[in-house]
Amino acid sequence: MPSFQFSDFFVECDEARCTRCRACERQCSYGVHAWDEAARRMTRDSRLCVGCHRCAALCPAHCLSIRRPDPGFRPNALWTPEILRAIGRQAESGGVLLSGAGSPVPKPSYWDRLLLDASQVTNPPMDPLREPMELRTVLGARPDRLEAGPEGRIRSLDSPVLVSEYPILFAAMSFGAISYNIHEGMARAAAELGIYANTGEGGLHPDLYAYGDRIIVQVASGRFGVHRDYLRAGAAMEIKIGQGAKPGIGGHLPGAKIDAEVSRTRMIPEGSDALSPAPHHDIYSIEDLLQLIRTLKEATEDSKPVSVKVAAVHNIAAIVSGIVRAGADMVVIDGFRGGTGAAPAMIRDNVGIPIELALAAADNRLREEGIRHRASIVASGGIRCSADALKAIALGADAVAIGSAALIACGCTLCGHCYTGKCPWGIATNQPELKKRQKPAEVARRLVNLVRAWGHEMEEMLGGMGLNAIEGLRGNRDKLRGVGLSRLELDILGVKHAGL
Amino acid sequence: MTGVVQHAGKSGDMAAAGPEVRLDAEGLESRELNARVRRCLAEGAGAVDIRNICGHRYLADALDSPVDITLHGTPGQNLGAFMRGPRILVRGNAQDGVGNTMDDGEIRINGHAGDVLGYAMRGGRILIRGDVGYRVGIHMKAYADRLPIIVIGGKAGAFLGEYMAGGVIILLGLDTQYPAAPLAGRRLGTGMHGGRIFVRGQVPPELLGDGLLVDRADGEDLALIETQVRAWADAFGRDSDAALAVPFSRIRPASGRPYGNLYTGMD
Repeated sequence: MPSFQFSDFFVECDEARCTRCRACERQCSYGVHAWDEAARRMTRDSRLCVGCHRCAALCPAHCLSIRRPDPGFRPNALWTPEILRAIGRQAESGGVLLSGAGSPVPKPSYWDRLLLDASQVTNPPMDPLREPMELRTVLGARPDRLEAGPEGRIRSLDSPVLVSEYPILFAAMSFGAISYNIHEGMARAAAELGIYANTGEGGLHPDLYAYGDRIIVQVASGRFGVHRDYLRAGAAMEIKIGQGAKPGIGGHLPGAKIDAEVSRTRMIPEGSDALSPAPHHDIYSIEDLLQLIRTLKEATEDSKPVSVKVAAVHNIAAIVSGIVRAGADMVVIDGFRGGTGAAPAMIRDNVGIPIELALAAADNRLREEGIRHRASIVASGGIRCSADALKAIALGADAVAIGSAALIACGCTLCGHCYTGKCPWGIATNQPELKKRQKPAEVARRLVNLVRAWGHEMEEMLGGMGLNAIEGLRGNRDKLRGVGLSRLELDILGVKHAGL
Repeated sequence: MTGVVQHAGKSGDMAAAGPEVRLDAEGLESRELNARVRRCLAEGAGAVDIRNICGHRYLADALDSPVDITLHGTPGQNLGAFMRGPRILVRGNAQDGVGNTMDDGEIRINGHAGDVLGYAMRGGRILIRGDVGYRVGIHMKAYADRLPIIVIGGKAGAFLGEYMAGGVIILLGLDTQYPAAPLAGRRLGTGMHGGRIFVRGQVPPELLGDGLLVDRADGEDLALIETQVRAWADAFGRDSDAALAVPFSRIRPASGRPYGNLYTGMD
């Protein structure tokens, strides 16, 4: 029986302009381009193309174009060509469908149905180019009450906190899933911007300990590269319970990705699979979570805040309440559009809920219970631009974390093949000839540019609302209005419909 | 400050390692007791002996000096987590999470221990005189010159050595509260993709997880088993020759990549 295949992409070359430099052949790690010595010309096998656009971007003659062909099946809204192919693949292999990057399926985006306010007549807008604006964000527990010292000064807070110059963090992405150069670039950018990067669950490379005061070190179920010095090196520690792209499951980093440097960082043998169990086997309850939080605090002598990251799922409000009561100083809620290096497609596309609803519900619950001050909330999972970030903050987040957006800043085109380890952009790969395509200094430069640009936009929008500090927008849902949303959706989001 | 007795040890007999400090945990919260232990070490103590341990949690977490710590009583959860160096003797039972993500050092438990002992342990040794609970040695790892070792004198609960990626577990089944029970619970070594589990005598096949190879321990493994079993017997005053009189079964993963063929690309 013939294998069920069709091309996702069609790669065309304008032969008249092609200089036969063979750059496309060198750039493509999927073997699309080949040199035909007899004919003295390039040939192409479009079936192998993943649509990453690396060849077209690097072609000096600009002679390559990549199109989406109509696969030519009888149109069917239910049984799409992608579904036909997935069934064929599984019939042939018996395998679980594996995918990379955030879900491409058309999940609802509430950001696009929420609109920000601006001042007109009754309260003047402010101009951030000429008036002071504050985006500085403090993350961590606040005291139950303020106490004044003998001279009326407020006593300093006794809980350790993070001070981020922007309400934007780099999301957790592990070394192993992404290359060392990206990790170093993120660390350098976080240090230059005064924000925080996150190790993800693959440990911190020894060369990056120098950036520790700008890095959140993650502790996940596999405990890769987790030891006392690692915990003490970071600015904060994060217990990773779940991830928006794959709630409820662990991870399998294949042995092929465990090269000498990843091995050294994760502290597992080269070439061995890195299997992360679905749960932390020392956390089966809120009480157990409390114990791991306290264990981490004991290990660092109460000098650092502890964050807990969960995927946005049903009953997220109760889950977040439990996490805060277990003593977490920060809670990261990762919505169902969150990215990943590898996730089963069924889980990525069908498990979890939108970050907007999860965030609003969690913020509501913590306020109702009078414990909102005990922890900061970081929202992540498909934050695309500064407006998404501001809307998240207005819904109740203290900050957002960006993963996909940060990688896109480095060239990622969301081809979704991260799990192959052959990323032609040198991002989701550890192959020497590919990873060298990213230079840490250039990664840092682009990330610094991105966050600064978002910062300027945030200041413009805040100023337009008559606010001179991000604190004034935090949980200020009166600055949001919904369009085209049902009464129930508006109730959960806690916003009025536009026009009201 | 109540309930704490401190005095220097007999001068001369621990000169190289610093004096022994005695503490009394009666009436102290875990946090305060841990802070006190850290202070003792900072002041140069070579050994710490603590009386009246009663469920105190997180003891010796992340300590990295080669100090001897003796605990009289039953310590609470996560004893010795992230630890790298201390030698701990528990004169009593231990609760859950002993040696969680431990890097190096030794924990001897002269009694029984609870669940998830040695979770993600990367180095060092844990000796338990008696039984252990569920999911012990889960996701143990070995790396470079580090080889974590757990010797269980009694029997184990279900999922012993689950996800095991490296290291050694030795299960003796001798000093147990449950003479009629099988050596271990269900799904022994399930998901194992590295390391070795040695069991004194035969392993009932119905206890085993999938994808495992079982044979009789031989070659270099015999010396390793002998060394570790003698260490266990010495620690708790048991007869090592009797413990070694029966051949050991060896459990290994059939594949280092048990889930290598689980997936297929989307396109």
